[in-house]
Amino acid sequence: MSLLEAEGLTKVYGDGCAVCLDRTGDRAGTNQCPICGSVVACADVDLSVKAGEVLGIVGESGSGKSSVAELLALDAKAGHTDGAVRHANHEGNLLDVDYQTRHELQNGEISLVHQHIRDGLELGFSGGGNVAEKLLSAGWRNYEEIRERVGSLFEATEIPVDRMDDPTSTYSGGMQRRVQIARALANDPNVIILDEPTTGLDVSVQARVLDMFRRVQREEDVAAVVVSHDLGVIRLLADRTLVMRHGRIIESGLTDRVMEDPHHAYTQTLINSVI
Amino acid sequence: MTETDSTPNRTAPTDAVDSVDAVDAVLDSLDAGDGLDGYNYAYLDEHTKREVRRSILKAIAIPGHQVPYASRPMPLARGWGTGGIQASLSILGPDDTFKVIDQGSDESVNAANIRRLAGNTADVETTTDTTDADVIQTRHRIPEEVLTDDQILVLQVPITDALRKVDSSDASNRRRHAHKNYGKMWVHLYENVVEYGEINIAARYPTMVGGRYLMDPSPIPRWDVPKLDDADNLFVFAAGREARIYAVPPHTSVEPLAFEDREFQVERFPDQSCRACGSTDTYLTEIETDDGQRHYVCNDTSFCLKRQDNEELPKDHHLDREGVDWGPGTPNNTTADSGGDAE
Repeated sequence: MSLLEAEGLTKVYGDGCAVCLDRTGDRAGTNQCPICGSVVACADVDLSVKAGEVLGIVGESGSGKSSVAELLALDAKAGHTDGAVRHANHEGNLLDVDYQTRHELQNGEISLVHQHIRDGLELGFSGGGNVAEKLLSAGWRNYEEIRERVGSLFEATEIPVDRMDDPTSTYSGGMQRRVQIARALANDPNVIILDEPTTGLDVSVQARVLDMFRRVQREEDVAAVVVSHDLGVIRLLADRTLVMRHGRIIESGLTDRVMEDPHHAYTQTLINSVI
Repeated sequence: MTETDSTPNRTAPTDAVDSVDAVDAVLDSLDAGDGLDGYNYAYLDEHTKREVRRSILKAIAIPGHQVPYASRPMPLARGWGTGGIQASLSILGPDDTFKVIDQGSDESVNAANIRRLAGNTADVETTTDTTDADVIQTRHRIPEEVLTDDQILVLQVPITDALRKVDSSDASNRRRHAHKNYGKMWVHLYENVVEYGEINIAARYPTMVGGRYLMDPSPIPRWDVPKLDDADNLFVFAAGREARIYAVPPHTSVEPLAFEDREFQVERFPDQSCRACGSTDTYLTEIETDDGQRHYVCNDTSFCLKRQDNEELPKDHHLDREGVDWGPGTPNNTTADSGGDAE
């Protein structure tokens, strides 16, 4: 069985009505229900990730990528959700678990790197403190061991270790992104969800963050779901790719196949527009 | 019984004589009523006292959990001990003896006034001797002398939630308490060690009560925190402004948060002793004299007076057992580590 599986993931913002799902999606050309005005952020999304595999999700802005990422990371906020997320080490639908179990899962097996730095980091804390929070929440109580672990995570993610005790607000954007990744790796999760890992970074920093992540991902053999609007990022990182539009998956396959031989008209436009 | 109820010396400028006479008349009419006229017993109405007692009982049932109650307006500003007064007046009965201390002192204006309010309205005996009191209301100290199982310590609390230091949102802090999610407080301690090499929280040291709730022990010094653990007496924490009551029942484990390799430490007074009584095993405060000299003196004035009469007086002198564990300065008279508590 694969490590992480999702079936029929659906997220609707608004009251919803009986025809919401029929009147939205790729064929309807919109993600907003013409009857009740609800926004169907994503619907009927099925996917699976094997241990150590990287799955890419690509699509234009508003196609529902981030909603899928939040659902997978058990970080869903307001709105009506449906569907199931299953993890190999747990029984049942992870979307239904209580707060306590969800908290344990997020501290252990499933990590999320947020799209917005402010959602994932406490900027008043030091960079080391942000990473240590994950360890402390998981019950680490030995100061020297925590320091050592945080230091080695900083090295792995190529953050200068001397900056470890400075407030995170004084870090550059690329360093903050790397602190998020270090934080996500802290408790040896077996799957990491990255939501737009390179947003707001200039091209050279993007390349270093991606290189770093690719190396760490292989060394730690951690599975990942990478969500991005940037085909370059997906091409570099992902083994398999899903293409989303208007809240639905319109195409999926090995990344090389999707890039070289896109079947869906939208995917063809997407790839041609990049090249 | 050092209650000083002497009338203040009212010398007023001559052009204000009439108003002074009027004030005197009002004061005389109040004095004539022997304190209780026009007031319910113990100042508060019976419904309020019942409400406070109910909250105290609930707080005892869930050690360390903050229980809301309907905090009443009191005849002094919120933040000046109104929570403590409401708790004290709700549990005092006419046979009780009451003591009030303000940072260790019985003689501060606020302590004296609270003591007088209880004396006037609840008809209780007042005392400054810790061992004589049934109920002790305190601001920011736990007495040096060991409290017993028939005593109640009421602590005034300015800020009820230890987590507010790391997150100002009470809503999310309540959620953290509900799920025992104290990661953020631990990060605060971690950063403290990073900055100072040890945990450097002077007062309001975060403590785990019964292994479940994180509790703000009120701004007592670290010196007093170990006294909360496995004590014989009941601790009631009451906040008037925030309208919350919480409690540590007798023999409850209260553990200050610390790392395995950065342990909790009390204040240290190297090579210092009390200027007045010579004690080295009490919590000392630094005072500056008029000529600019600095001295250390006992913070707990009533125990300091006893020590001045008897230098060797142990903190558990009033108990019929020895080797009581009561904070850092309690000498352990027993040779064996265990068995000292046997009655």
